[in-house]
Amino acid sequence: MNNESKSVIERKDFQALFDALSAEGYKISGPTVRDNAVIYDEIGSAEELPIGWTDHQEGGSYRLTKSKKKTLFGFILGPYTWKKLLYPPEKKIWEAQKSDRSFEIVEAESKPIKQAFVGVRPCELKAIGIQDKILRDGQHSDPEYGALRRNLFIVAVNCTNPGNNCFCVSMNSGPGVSDGFDLALTEMFNGKDHYFVIEAGSRAGKKILEKIPHRPAKPEELEQAEKAVERAASKMGRSLDMKGLKEILHNNFDSHYWGEIAKRCLTCGNCTMVCPTCFCCNIEDTTNLGGDRAERRRYWDTCYSVDFSYIHGGSIRSTDYSRYRQWLMHKIAYWQDQFGTPGCVGCGRCITWCPVGIDITEEAGAIREKA
Amino acid sequence: MAKMQNKSKTSDISLIDPMLVQAYTIQRVVRETFDTFSLELEPQSGGGEFKFAPGQFNMLYVYGVGEVPISISGDPSKEKPLIHTTRAVGTVTKAMKNLKVGDTIGIRGPYGSSWPVKEAEGYDVVIVAGGIGLAPLRPVIYYLLQHRNKYGRIVLLYGTRTPEDMLYRKQLEKWRSRFDLETYLTVDRATGSWRGNVGVVTTLIGRAPFDPLHSVAVVCGPEIMMRYTVLELLKRGVDEEKTYISMERNMKCGIGLCGHCQLGSSFVCKDGPVYRYDNIKHAFTMWEM
Repeated sequence: MNNESKSVIERKDFQALFDALSAEGYKISGPTVRDNAVIYDEIGSAEELPIGWTDHQEGGSYRLTKSKKKTLFGFILGPYTWKKLLYPPEKKIWEAQKSDRSFEIVEAESKPIKQAFVGVRPCELKAIGIQDKILRDGQHSDPEYGALRRNLFIVAVNCTNPGNNCFCVSMNSGPGVSDGFDLALTEMFNGKDHYFVIEAGSRAGKKILEKIPHRPAKPEELEQAEKAVERAASKMGRSLDMKGLKEILHNNFDSHYWGEIAKRCLTCGNCTMVCPTCFCCNIEDTTNLGGDRAERRRYWDTCYSVDFSYIHGGSIRSTDYSRYRQWLMHKIAYWQDQFGTPGCVGCGRCITWCPVGIDITEEAGAIREKA
Repeated sequence: MAKMQNKSKTSDISLIDPMLVQAYTIQRVVRETFDTFSLELEPQSGGGEFKFAPGQFNMLYVYGVGEVPISISGDPSKEKPLIHTTRAVGTVTKAMKNLKVGDTIGIRGPYGSSWPVKEAEGYDVVIVAGGIGLAPLRPVIYYLLQHRNKYGRIVLLYGTRTPEDMLYRKQLEKWRSRFDLETYLTVDRATGSWRGNVGVVTTLIGRAPFDPLHSVAVVCGPEIMMRYTVLELLKRGVDEEKTYISMERNMKCGIGLCGHCQLGSSFVCKDGPVYRYDNIKHAFTMWEM
């Protein structure tokens, strides 16, 4: 990273980023507060960001509180992930119109819209990269995902204040970004000064930056921003020792400890819904009541359902422990065999949004200890 | 593999969804057994070119009911008709059984890995099938017989529950009369006028005429049958690395995107259905993997 390429935008000029993105035709999505949580949705201005809001996370707990600091990105992460906007939870794939003894397939319209995501955390950027490998770069790909990715503009925001459930340092995915963004910000606020150290990571990023009032960053501003991110690395709420973990899990497939976890696991699937990398989906074919129109839809699915592995005669994974094991084994071990990277980025959402607070770092650690 | 990935990078530009199905017309329905039937299909769009490798499968869509993965059972050297042999056991396959000549079925494919016909050149080939497991193996039998001089002895061992459960009976009779194919049949229970072998298919392995040290084995049937068949083959001296089996799991997309068919670290739809035994043997002894 070249420090000379870094600039500073003052807080008062931050709206210019939104204006520049809008002028380029991007539909802007970013964090905003709704129903006592920070979610990602379409936003039109910087004022819709969670100004002054911060979140407190524990296993099975998420609380939003107002702080005195008027930061724009003073929260950690909400329950939503960007996959919602790149690989929608529900999508019509095609319709079929029945004729006498045949049918005609009509492909569902898909518009590869230009999107800009403002406020992508480093762990989430890594998660998008992981989904790219699965949904875009494999032998077969999802055409809509590929099109949305090509038209995506990413404004990443480095973390300076990680939460209790964060462990991106363990997963090598944060707290600062290194590549894969168009613009990357570090928000600096000391009560008096409020500014953003900004860096362009692409030609599209440079083009947008040129339209925003900015000035070269002073050495002390750069140093402070760098230190803030460095400090964040030492403030991780949790850690996951990945050393040899894949092999340990493979070797402990039959451990009785899976049963211990299952005593608490409700197999609700929340962890898969909030996970930024989980990609499993279901395909459903339905017909209208008249029977002359059928359609195929894709839905996010979860490996925690009994139906997930059903083939004639029954479900492959009928016990609750086998389904928890499938999820954790997939995230940490199988994923590495399949895609050359773990399926976990250390965002901690599965810990926060688990109704009983099951903690992936704790459980993987327990398997390691008992091995 | 690297070549394929490059190809997909460029096809990424295309907006053609791999989930789109092609309409095929049912030209002929063959009732194989009381619950199993073969459909002979031709594409409505004309052209008719459907190339597949023995062992691959298609996703079959019954209008308004759903989609299921079914192995291709026809002759890989013929572009028409496309043949699928299916047993009516679930919602979609039961609806499929009610389809008639002239009806339409949706097809996506072919997907998945195939039987090792190239690797088997120069070797004896042992084909072991249990029940409906003969359906995914029939293309490899066609292939081997068409390229007969490239292989050593070819042995087909086929077991079913009763004589009435045997697929492709007329074809089996023809195959049995050939001098270049050893066909051995067995049933779990002898009914009617059956005078042949009685017992599970593994009982045929010990006395079948092949050289275990120079053989490639291809096995398809219920998982429990495959497990014990492989044990018998290994006992006779066949190499794990020359033994292949075909697996089955819940599949929704068939192209490695939906996650349903995962078996440990592999996706049965794209890494399978045909596996070399040593690559998948760990899964046989792992409950609920």
